[in-house]
Amino acid sequence: MSTISLEPKTLVAENNQVVNESVNFLNHDHSVSSWLLSLDHKRIGILYLVTITLMFLLGGILAGVVRLELLTPKGDFVASDTYNKSFTAHGIIMLFFFLIPSIPAVLGNFVIPLMIGAKDVAFPRLNLLSYYLYLIGGVIALTALLLGGVDTGWTFYTPFSSTYSNSYVSVMAIGLFVVGFSSILTGLNFIITIHRMRCPGLTWFRLPLFIWALYATSVVQLLGTPVIAVTLGLMVVERTLGVGIFDPRLGGDPVLFQHLFWFYSHPAVYIMILPSLGVISEVIATFSRKNLFGYKIMAFSSVSIAVFGFIVWAHHMFTTGMSPYAAMVFSLLTFSVAIPSGIKVFSWLATMYNGSISYETPMIYAFGFLGLFTVGGLTGLFLATLGTDIHLHDTYFVVAHFHYIMVGGAIMGYMAGIHYWWPKITGKLYSQFWGRLSAGIIFIGFNLTFFPQFFLGYLGMPRRYHEYPDEFQVLNVFSTAGSSILAIGYIMPLFYFGHSFFFGEKADDNVYGATTIDWTSTTSPPSPHNFEKTPVVTEEPYHFRLKESAVVSH
Amino acid sequence: MSATNELVKDAGHAHHHKDLAHHFDTLEQQHDANLLGMWAFLLTEVLFFGGLFAAYTIYRYKYSAVFEEASNHLDIKLGALNTVILILSSLTMALAVRCSQTGNGLWTGNWLVLTMVFGFAFLGVKSMEWGHDYKVRLMPGKDFFWWQYAKAAKDMHTHGGGHELPDMKNVKSDTNPELGVKGRQESEQARLFYLLYFCMTSLHALHMIVGFGIITIITYYAYKGAYSPDYYSPVENIGLYWHFVDIVWIFLFPLLYLLGAHLVH
Repeated sequence: MSTISLEPKTLVAENNQVVNESVNFLNHDHSVSSWLLSLDHKRIGILYLVTITLMFLLGGILAGVVRLELLTPKGDFVASDTYNKSFTAHGIIMLFFFLIPSIPAVLGNFVIPLMIGAKDVAFPRLNLLSYYLYLIGGVIALTALLLGGVDTGWTFYTPFSSTYSNSYVSVMAIGLFVVGFSSILTGLNFIITIHRMRCPGLTWFRLPLFIWALYATSVVQLLGTPVIAVTLGLMVVERTLGVGIFDPRLGGDPVLFQHLFWFYSHPAVYIMILPSLGVISEVIATFSRKNLFGYKIMAFSSVSIAVFGFIVWAHHMFTTGMSPYAAMVFSLLTFSVAIPSGIKVFSWLATMYNGSISYETPMIYAFGFLGLFTVGGLTGLFLATLGTDIHLHDTYFVVAHFHYIMVGGAIMGYMAGIHYWWPKITGKLYSQFWGRLSAGIIFIGFNLTFFPQFFLGYLGMPRRYHEYPDEFQVLNVFSTAGSSILAIGYIMPLFYFGHSFFFGEKADDNVYGATTIDWTSTTSPPSPHNFEKTPVVTEEPYHFRLKESAVVSH
Repeated sequence: MSATNELVKDAGHAHHHKDLAHHFDTLEQQHDANLLGMWAFLLTEVLFFGGLFAAYTIYRYKYSAVFEEASNHLDIKLGALNTVILILSSLTMALAVRCSQTGNGLWTGNWLVLTMVFGFAFLGVKSMEWGHDYKVRLMPGKDFFWWQYAKAAKDMHTHGGGHELPDMKNVKSDTNPELGVKGRQESEQARLFYLLYFCMTSLHALHMIVGFGIITIITYYAYKGAYSPDYYSPVENIGLYWHFVDIVWIFLFPLLYLLGAHLVH
């Protein structure tokens, strides 16, 4: 078998002797059941990868419907009802079936045991069960869409969802209930894995930051998701029995629904963004060839983002007439999320400063992430401010802001991660040219799509309407044009990854010369049980300085 | 845990204990992981019930007078009986866990069976209560609820001592305009109490039913002698789960049954 090399290597693979005939997790069994019933975390990760990619395509098509409708001021492409159902389906699919499982369920599943020197996650059967719960939840949700869709928006605000909507709200809620349990069980599995399965010598402060980020994410999944489950459950009860738990006509309180809903759904934003922050830390350290700046504070900032995430939810509700004193506290707390986020951005910049930066595809995605996440974060401050939020609430400014976080942040991080670990997952190299090009196209297309929406929102264009006044058309045309560029950027990886998988050059075990044990101690692709010998960790995760102490960077 | 544990460092050449899954190094690591997993799951459950408790708190604060009165329509004696039954089932569960730790398969199984017997007794009493609630129209559905009627029934229970239901002709329906806005609002608020009561108690009962399924499987393995001082985490985990379900009831009983007890006389 291969010897483990700790020496940095260039990406250009000269002669790869390593994995030619060796048994790895991809080729040790080719039967269908060995994939569909696999307890191997790596194979389950790939099952997720295939499924969420299909969901991403579906969600993207629905986004296309929305953008095409908004190309012209009149509602001429689809009827208003279809429009409502399109953006609802877009939101539900992208959030619950793509973004939330994206990095944790695909990359987390694949990478966590490799990064902590374990043979598998703590509960492999539970891991497979999570996947099938996700799949069942997805089938129920798609059934709801095929029956006729849901028109409430992904937020399911009562009493519209519980009393007035004539669409398939209950079916959809059941689907989300099921997929929620998939998310809870994945989070639970990761927490126990990180607590109990670390290899000898791997102390908490030797964990790669991707693990810290996923740990924080898992805590949010574990604590937040049950609340949305019970909230959607109560909404379905209200809808079926005709009782008034959230209906003001019957003594209920619709604002209570919003509190319970956002108690999960705000932290859910951190379920999406935190894993990305972790990926970016790995990528930036590796391609700057430097120890990550401020490792401990980076670890704690992930945890504190998770904690802050739970106490800021009411900033979604400043216009509901809640107590102004409570609103002030929530506004202040929301501002304080900027502290750990800012720490992260500056730590990445400090890591890159004087680093020996190489411009591989994951790094280009990480650059895109830095710009977009910063814009998304800073525009969040406009919305956390009580006065400006009254003006901007429910406008396209909000739409632009959260797309900068969720697409510009979370999906850029996901793309960076997929490109970063692709050689590890498949053992193949992909075309750097096409990879860099797709990263560039996505960055340009994204900004063209969403930057005009800040202006639209500021000028007063509300979200969720399928018609708008004529003067908004120019900016909307920019936005729709941008979205088609964005679509090209997202489709390109399917081709060059497909090419790489079948015809790509063999990748080295540690193509980038990274220092975490997923790269240094496993083959590419890893063997079915990950490690030939349980690794023993003696150093911090990013020890480029130790390896290259001769390099003086001044 | 025990002296028979071996440290298995090298996966390639290890002689694994029969109860040790391939991805763990030691039995102790496996036991710790299993237990921590259950604790994390119970944390999730706390928040799952937490949504309902939050809703309860809000409405009890908003409609405290009606909630207290509505609470008086539940039977405290049956609720107290159920509390005792459930605590007894926790005792037998604790004994089952103890027996599994000493490797006594027969008594592990026996105590688990007894736990289920108590659990069924609890659900039996509970379904009697629900049946009674259905009869006096306390089910919080669209048409079933008749608060004024329930009030009259309660009145007879407390003062008349009789258990027959009051004559329906003398009772105004909740939609009767003569009751006025206040009467109708009161009826809606009481319905919220019963909605929460049914949601919370039926979610609790659902957890018990899931528990029965798991206990049955574990009982089977216990009689087969699957548990030993080296490996008993399934029994300990179902024990934790069962105690959690018990504790939920310990909170539900005062919140739902004892809330308005001082108004009885």
